Amino acid sequence: MKPTRRHFLELGVAATAAAALTPRRARAQAAGPRVVVVGGGFAGASCARALRQADARIAVTLVEPNATFTACPFSNAVIGGLRELSAQQFTYERIAADGITLARTSATAVDAPAKSVTLADGAKLSYDRLVLAPGIDIRWGALQGYDEAAAGQMPHAWRAGEQTLLLRRQLEAMDDGGLVVISAPANPFRCPPGPYERASLIAHFLKTKKPKSKLIVLDAKDAFSKQRLFQAAWAELYPGLLEWVPLSKGGNVTSVDAATRTLMTDFGKHQAKVANVIPPQKAGRIAEVAGVADRSGWCPIDPATFESKLQAGIHVIGDAAIAGAMPKSAFAANSQAKVCAAAVATLLAGGTPSVPKLINTCYSLVAPDYGITVAGVYQPTGGQLADVPGAGGVSPSDAPRETRKAEAVLAEAWFRTITTEAFG
Amino acid sequence: MRSVVAAAIGLASIAAATVASAEPPAGAAACSGCHPSAARGPSPVTRLAGRDRAEIIKAMQDFRSGARAGTVMDRIAKGFTDAEIQAIAAWYAAQR
Repeated sequence: MKPTRRHFLELGVAATAAAALTPRRARAQAAGPRVVVVGGGFAGASCARALRQADARIAVTLVEPNATFTACPFSNAVIGGLRELSAQQFTYERIAADGITLARTSATAVDAPAKSVTLADGAKLSYDRLVLAPGIDIRWGALQGYDEAAAGQMPHAWRAGEQTLLLRRQLEAMDDGGLVVISAPANPFRCPPGPYERASLIAHFLKTKKPKSKLIVLDAKDAFSKQRLFQAAWAELYPGLLEWVPLSKGGNVTSVDAATRTLMTDFGKHQAKVANVIPPQKAGRIAEVAGVADRSGWCPIDPATFESKLQAGIHVIGDAAIAGAMPKSAFAANSQAKVCAAAVATLLAGGTPSVPKLINTCYSLVAPDYGITVAGVYQPTGGQLADVPGAGGVSPSDAPRETRKAEAVLAEAWFRTITTEAFG
Repeated sequence: MRSVVAAAIGLASIAAATVASAEPPAGAAACSGCHPSAARGPSPVTRLAGRDRAEIIKAMQDFRSGARAGTVMDRIAKGFTDAEIQAIAAWYAAQR
């Protein structure tokens, strides 16, 4: 035989042998690999869309029971009377138009060895790879006295929607001269600057509409995100109105009484006219059910692929994941979603995912025209996502007012861009 | 048999190399968190898709060195090496 023909036959034999060695993968690819994404928030929606963009042969099913998603970023502006909730709401038609199958229901169980998700109606979805993006659940009862019923009196508004409107209505109904109390939790929690942006915009509302009122932030911590920037702005904009009580000065709330809206600390008690309890949190429940959450209640993952360290074939992204130095934010969720999608597409094709870099930028409004940021660039280092040395940080403390205005404008632009990325 | 296995590994490597090169370069996918990918009305944040490769490289290097002022891009650009900036710029320049 001529050398070229022998070489061609050898390649043909090799290809057949390769297929024989991995018949299941070859069949799945011939049919199109299947990925199920559970959770239709910033992480899940972004990931579903990115998977389709990475490889149009991947069949993506997004499991999400809500027909409308209500975004948390900027919900503090709704609470502060500056924005309507409708600006926070997004639907899934454009995601469906990307060729993503919507399962408008909840996932109730995961069988990792069988690679199958069970839905609320008993139906089962088979997958080649599973992405869990369930966000957070409130740890009811972790703060003594704060159960689901208590949230009807002392809203958390840490999952946007009805709770957001409840807190806003309570503030609107409060008489001038009333006391508002916010309770901020220990780390880790969704959106590290969030409680302090909320304090800022509630202070702005009170200063404008009910100027004899007072706002106290009771904190389980002695330090918080963008602290120096927030405190400098508070001194300038809301002097005498807003007080922050750190852990070391009696800020840790040990129990609450919903009926009287009283918050107990080691140093005493505070009875509020309006009380916003931001309670301890954990990964959304399906993570625990699927066996990807550890004893902390959050999900350890591989920093390059977001594959669970506890269950092979299952990836976890967004607030539910333990992502090292990356905060639990919508920007981080979207960044993680895109890295995860690229890694999953590569893994499904039998390749080795590349080493990623990720970015986060958190915008906070201290007032409608006063924005501040914290940013970070991250890379896998020693098995975790770590800050790239020398990068990131907060807005300058001595920036002029024009910069604060510019960051407020950019905050709104960011919201429009990130929600278009996620929801189309 | 050895040559068959070697050829199979060779095919898998080619497949892996092909797929890995389809992934965006490190960090590139995160940019669209702020830089809009869809052309949908005016934005204060510039679009990157289809931009001149050299322009993107210069902007990132100037943000990183402080030669160009930015509200947040200086802090982000400091997270990237020259090689990474070049790869990101080439990837965005090649998009519509």
